[in-house]
Amino acid sequence: MQFMLLFSRQGKLRLQKWYVPLSDKEKKKITRELVQMVLARKPKMCSFLEWRDLKIVYKRYASLYFCCAIEDQDNELITLEIIHRYVELLDKYFGSVCELDIIFNFEKAYFILDEFLLGGEAQETSKKNVLKAIEQADLLQENLDFQIRLFPGVLNPSMSAESSGLFQS
Amino acid sequence: MSDVVEKTLSALPSLLSLDSQPGAGKLSSTSKLGSLIRNITELTSKHEEEKLIKRELAALKEQVSSPNTTMKQMREAMVRAIYCEMLGYEASFTYIHAIKLAQQGTVLEKRVGYLAVSLFLNESHDLLLLLVNTVLKDLQSSNLIEVCMALTVVSQVFPKDMIPAILPVVEEKLTHPKEIIRRKAVLALYKFYLIAPNQVQHIHAKFRKALCDKDPGVMTASLHIYLQLIKESPDMYKELTGSFVTILKQVVGGKLPIDFNYHSVPAPWLQIQLLRILGLLGREDQSTSELMYDVLDESLRRAEMNHNITYAILYECVKAIYSIYPKSELCEKAAKCIGNFVLSPKINLKYLGLKALTYVVQQDANLALQHQMTIIECLDHPDLIIKKETLELLFRITNTQNVTVIVEKMLGFLKLSNDDYTIVDLVGKVAELAEKYAPDNEWFIQTMNEVFSFGGDMMQPDIPNSFLRLLAEGCESAEESRQLRLYAVDSYLAVLQKDSAHLPQRFLQIISWVLGEYSHLKEGLDVQEVRQLLMKLLDRKGVTTETRCWVLSSLMKLCEGPGADEMAQELVERWGSSLDPLLRQQAQELLCLSLDKDLRTRTLPLATTWDGLEVDSSLSFLDGFVAEALAAGAAPYKPPHQRQQEQCQEKALSLEPYGLSLPVSLSSCSLTDRQSPTLLSMSSGQSGNSTEPSNKAGSSKLNLEGVKRVWGKEGYLPHREVPEESAPVEEASSAVQSSSQQGGASDKSSMAHTEPVEQDKEKQQLASSLFVGLGSHNATSLMGKSETPSQRFRRKPRTQVSTSSSVTSEKSDSSHSSRSTVDSFLYGSLLEEEPVLPQPNTSHTPRVTTANGSSETKTQSFIPTNGTFEGEEAEEEEEEPTQTENDITSVTAHRTKQGSLIMNSDMVIVQPTMWSDQPKDWSQDDSGDLLSSGSDTHMETSPLLLLPADLRDLPHSNINTLAADQSLLLSSCHVYRDDALVLVIFLSNSGETPIQEIAVQLNCEQLEVASLRGNVIDTLDGLGTSVCRYTLVMDGAHTQVEMTGTVSYQAGPGHTQTLPFSSKLSLADFIRPLVITTEEYGKLWLSFSHDVKQNLKLLKGDRDPLVTTLDALKETLQLHIVDIIGSEGIVACRLLQGAPCLLHCRIHGDSLAVWLRSSLPGLPDCVLYYCQKALLEH
Repeated sequence: MQFMLLFSRQGKLRLQKWYVPLSDKEKKKITRELVQMVLARKPKMCSFLEWRDLKIVYKRYASLYFCCAIEDQDNELITLEIIHRYVELLDKYFGSVCELDIIFNFEKAYFILDEFLLGGEAQETSKKNVLKAIEQADLLQENLDFQIRLFPGVLNPSMSAESSGLFQS
Repeated sequence: MSDVVEKTLSALPSLLSLDSQPGAGKLSSTSKLGSLIRNITELTSKHEEEKLIKRELAALKEQVSSPNTTMKQMREAMVRAIYCEMLGYEASFTYIHAIKLAQQGTVLEKRVGYLAVSLFLNESHDLLLLLVNTVLKDLQSSNLIEVCMALTVVSQVFPKDMIPAILPVVEEKLTHPKEIIRRKAVLALYKFYLIAPNQVQHIHAKFRKALCDKDPGVMTASLHIYLQLIKESPDMYKELTGSFVTILKQVVGGKLPIDFNYHSVPAPWLQIQLLRILGLLGREDQSTSELMYDVLDESLRRAEMNHNITYAILYECVKAIYSIYPKSELCEKAAKCIGNFVLSPKINLKYLGLKALTYVVQQDANLALQHQMTIIECLDHPDLIIKKETLELLFRITNTQNVTVIVEKMLGFLKLSNDDYTIVDLVGKVAELAEKYAPDNEWFIQTMNEVFSFGGDMMQPDIPNSFLRLLAEGCESAEESRQLRLYAVDSYLAVLQKDSAHLPQRFLQIISWVLGEYSHLKEGLDVQEVRQLLMKLLDRKGVTTETRCWVLSSLMKLCEGPGADEMAQELVERWGSSLDPLLRQQAQELLCLSLDKDLRTRTLPLATTWDGLEVDSSLSFLDGFVAEALAAGAAPYKPPHQRQQEQCQEKALSLEPYGLSLPVSLSSCSLTDRQSPTLLSMSSGQSGNSTEPSNKAGSSKLNLEGVKRVWGKEGYLPHREVPEESAPVEEASSAVQSSSQQGGASDKSSMAHTEPVEQDKEKQQLASSLFVGLGSHNATSLMGKSETPSQRFRRKPRTQVSTSSSVTSEKSDSSHSSRSTVDSFLYGSLLEEEPVLPQPNTSHTPRVTTANGSSETKTQSFIPTNGTFEGEEAEEEEEEPTQTENDITSVTAHRTKQGSLIMNSDMVIVQPTMWSDQPKDWSQDDSGDLLSSGSDTHMETSPLLLLPADLRDLPHSNINTLAADQSLLLSSCHVYRDDALVLVIFLSNSGETPIQEIAVQLNCEQLEVASLRGNVIDTLDGLGTSVCRYTLVMDGAHTQVEMTGTVSYQAGPGHTQTLPFSSKLSLADFIRPLVITTEEYGKLWLSFSHDVKQNLKLLKGDRDPLVTTLDALKETLQLHIVDIIGSEGIVACRLLQGAPCLLHCRIHGDSLAVWLRSSLPGLPDCVLYYCQKALLEH
């Protein structure tokens, strides 16, 4: 996969992940072009688009468009399922996800994406495992937040000893 | 998902009214980010947003640069910065703080820091260097989460050059007890492999361990690497087929933990990955394919049609089945599956069905026939992507009978599309089809007119070039060519007379060239009228200077007859003082020519045949001028790259004295090589006078000028080819309609408002015109490639017009004289320095003293019935096993085997001592060698073919088969000449009947290809063999290049066939030893800027490991070992006679630390790749 974009029906970008090195200018240009193209599609139309030498696979969930660019020989259908699995993951994590969750917690959405896709390839396709990894990191965060609130200034910045056990389950 | 909509809708008002509704806590309403987002949502105009963000960024800037900001606040600020960047506003001042955050923060701050880094920076960003230490520290951390984060960031962005710094630590993680770490490590290595394959070559064994990992996730991750590796060299991984099949069997059989199921389908991602790998492994390999038939069958069976994910698997499965060696039973099932896709009401599946059809239709055209009605429907589908894919499918099944309809459809689509990429793509396809299958001149010219007007100035430049070449060369009969040209003239006059303001520049250039060149063919045409039209073009606004040059140069050709002088006068007045030097020059030339009729007829003869024109691309006629200038103290010309290099050196403030200057400069370039075509490229670069200005000046008309001169009339094919499509046509027999009827049918079908019945009938009609010619004769070719289509405009083969006299006479000494004085010095010393190793495979045959090389121009024939060779080959006689003519098949088999050996780069390369041998010295120094070297090992394997006498003494590869059909067998041999790779192609007639009109054409984009001789042969007797040769020169560094070519010939009268062939050449073919002293090496080393370092495998042997390893390298690659001092060795080579590449090798523990440097970017990488390969395969 070359990149993934999430944008709203109004064409507002909600998330972007680039797996190929591009300049900011190119990224902006591509985003603009693609948002325009995808928004112009009618509902019953094919979920695939040809764009330059790439294939664009997109799917709309409620008010959000998920849009991936793959190479020509890649499998379009499985890309649709990657999008779907990502939505499932978000849904499970946020508890029936909506666009607002992604707007306000986009960094979380990024963390989930990074745990699911790495370098443009599906890394972990088991829903359980992805969420486990995320939740453990989150748990650590909450613990820390808690400790910071209780004992401000006491905290040892290196938490390695406490956190190493978290993965053992 | 409808509940999601509801939720969004219900949450929206609460958001806008800033109420804290349930769930708002989750939306972190109190944070700064929350209020930022809310504020933005409330804004109504882009302008307000800009203002707000500007304020926000200013605040952020203050915050991040303040020393009092805690890491926690920094984390929060970073999230806001990410948000601003996403909205499209630059926040580059935060980048450094993102790195700091990753460096100094606690785990959760790190997490945000790393995220920001991966979003903000890309691989080449300088700041990433600051991250290396942090990553290294985190990789070694005892906190698993930190390790995970480091691995995640490494697989997304990491500077290529710094990979060696962290590679050992990442490698270590492959054996980590936690599977998540192992998995991420594998993916990180995959990423490294993608950006720098050389760096991870030594850990292939560890990949294999990952493949066998007990955790399916780690195994899946390793498949990414394997897919990539197998894509590049499937042969190396054939033995893994069994393992992949077993894995797939287990997955399909549901043996994986239920966690890996996706909508109750077991590990679909894994399945698809495996199917792709199997498809690659089984390609054109029967025995490997047989291993996978069962599991493919099972996959097809298991994947029941119920969910998207199973369709995804089925699609991949079908692709694999058609990629591997076919099994009819499986193909049938796959075909049925494709049918289900195509007929599906779901549009996504329909699209994939079409895509699959496009993929398989070349193997099985009947499939397209089965679905013709669906295809017709898709052709009028409202969704453009479906339409486009359908056209792609039709493009694959085009033949002479349906070309008009298909091209019409394509042009129709072109009218609708406005996307540049699609236009360029389609225009290229239309041009290809038109050239291949045009039914008549009229259609061809008109179609090309459309191509030029649609394609405009974006299209590939080779389309107009090859069109003009086709006109210039003419086709097979003179009358036919005349007709074509005449029609073009007619058509263009009509175009110009109409409104031509909108025409693209390229089209105008073509029009003006054709009119200038051929308008005289049209009888009764007033030249003045043509001139008028062209003059009008000159004055039109919006016409570029380039086009004006084309117009002027064609007016120059029309400068004859009444009114010519006035015109010349007028033009000179108008353009003779133009500000543009090109136009001014053209106008002046025109004036000169119009005044001197004699000169004009000499330079621009009417009705030019393309014979006898030679290009002196070395501009030798300027030698006198240059010599004078030099004598007067002018600085010698330096090619741009040399100038640049020198500039770089100046910047680098080199304190070293100036060393040996390479590439060879003027002083060392001899003048005798001027006319040798093999050296055109080099001599033009190296000769004292500049070819640059001439190129530039000629740019406006260079294309056509080049055409004129390079293409000759030799090899002219007198018989026009008879169309092959006379076979009876199934299912579409009624369809052989005239083109006008076909046009009518499709026209009607586009008027959609007719009655349904009639519409159906029209569709039927369209179908019959589209699918004509796809029937019986293709049905049997399940596995065979579809036969090469008959081509209307058969190109005349590319010939060097002057193959005979001048070239051949130069030839024999060209290799000598092309060597610079520096070289001959180097090669002289080589003889002394090189340890003399016994070389069993050097064949030393006394050279027949035909100084002008005329003996090779003759066809070398042999008489296979008794294995003796005529004339000079007499002495080989005894070594040749007796060969009867029906043994030919076994010989072919033998050769094929040999070919596969070569694939494994088991090239027989003669040792560098050979390189010093000048052909003319043979009589003196090789009589002894002849005895000692014994039998000619590499010749023995293919006794039928012998290299021409002058090449036999040079180091060369085995002779291996390139391609074969029923009447012709092509074999090739690489001869490693100093200045080029000589590709010798043997054409063997395997039948008894003579073959006529053989013409060989060879193309390779990355190389400079020049034909030496023998690429056109009038007659090749039954069982005879002929030799043709090409020189190939590589200028830039390419690891591997592919060359393709065709041989066209007539087996019977009037029946032209073509035999395509292709072959891969590696950089190793172009590497030559560079013989220098240690001192020179030292100087050179300092002057090069492009370098690569890498640890390589060290070979163990009886002797010193360093010597063993270097010898192994020397043996496989053409390297020269300059010196070995203790545990260090220095080695040198060069790319032909071009850029040198120096290797510095040092024993470092168990491995060989190699440092490569060169003046040519990319060369060290490529050489390193081959060193690595050589050592791995040793």
